[in-house]
Amino acid sequence: MGKVLVVTSGKGGVGKTTTTAALGAALAQAGETVVVVDFDVGLRNLDLVMGAERRVVFDLINVIQGVAKLSQALIRDKRLETLWLLPASQTRDKDALTEEGVRQVIAELRERFDWVICDSPAGIERGAILAMRYADAAIIVTNPEVSSVRDSDRIIGMLDSKTERAENGSRIDKHLLITRYDAGRAQRGEMLSIDDVLEILSTPLLGIIPESQDVLRASNVGAPVTLANQLSGAGRAYAEAARRLQGESIAMTVPNQKRGLFDKLFGRRAA
Amino acid sequence: MNVFKFFRRGGSAPVARERLQILLAHERKASGQPDLLNILREEILAVVAKHISLDPDRVRISMDRGDPVSVLEVDIEIPNKFDMPKSGAA
Repeated sequence: MGKVLVVTSGKGGVGKTTTTAALGAALAQAGETVVVVDFDVGLRNLDLVMGAERRVVFDLINVIQGVAKLSQALIRDKRLETLWLLPASQTRDKDALTEEGVRQVIAELRERFDWVICDSPAGIERGAILAMRYADAAIIVTNPEVSSVRDSDRIIGMLDSKTERAENGSRIDKHLLITRYDAGRAQRGEMLSIDDVLEILSTPLLGIIPESQDVLRASNVGAPVTLANQLSGAGRAYAEAARRLQGESIAMTVPNQKRGLFDKLFGRRAA
Repeated sequence: MNVFKFFRRGGSAPVARERLQILLAHERKASGQPDLLNILREEILAVVAKHISLDPDRVRISMDRGDPVSVLEVDIEIPNKFDMPKSGAA
């Protein structure tokens, strides 16, 4: 029986899709079987970030409506044998997602994979609720910035009330992933620090992903950042977060960006 | 002046932190009982309607959350030709 994760945030643009792709690839690299599921119906992008946009034939909605079998809609990654993608529909509207349909698809995926990672749409509407509905654990992606932290707080409340686990009286595991972190700015008091965010959201930390040029570079070429540049700060931070998900305990380091002498002397920031 | 400003530059994070703490304290309270206002509205209406006939659309209930006190405002418009006490089904 696999584990179902939802990657969620409330706010858009904080790195949910980047995180889904990066963690999925890192877990697959460690030998686990992984499926990443795009729940952003109408605005799918996980296929693009994974570099599989031209291989999409069937999607999640097709499977829910019985038009295609799950095995027809799953796309195997070209780089990693154990990594699969279930894309969202680009043409249907989000009402095509039904609670019962999602439940069945997730149940089937859970049988076949070690990890089912659901990439939630932004917002707190139907799509976001269904993405978290059957999850065992949630990764809350947060930028150290006021609107992102506020929306994360809201999403944490929903995880504790709108998921199947919450309704059954059990708990959903919550992990906070802080992305686009700039250690230098936090040190200068220009950005909320890790401690600030943790104190406000009181949710255990899964990892700290530094602001990094490599994230854009990776999405440009359609590769998860953990594959595109394993040595980059972001790549390493995601790989460590994936190992923590697997139960390893690794010291939480605040990844430092490498800054050249020129940047140190003249640049405000390297990222 | 500029040198001073340079050294004191930044430091906006503590402001962000404090604003968030105050805001979220209120929002968490509110989300604990999202339907509190509706419940209050129904129950207050029921009590008042027992004694005075009123138009349910002319009732406004609002909650103003503040520090140190919050204000619950109940605004019930009563028609001038009200009958009191209400008799039977009328």
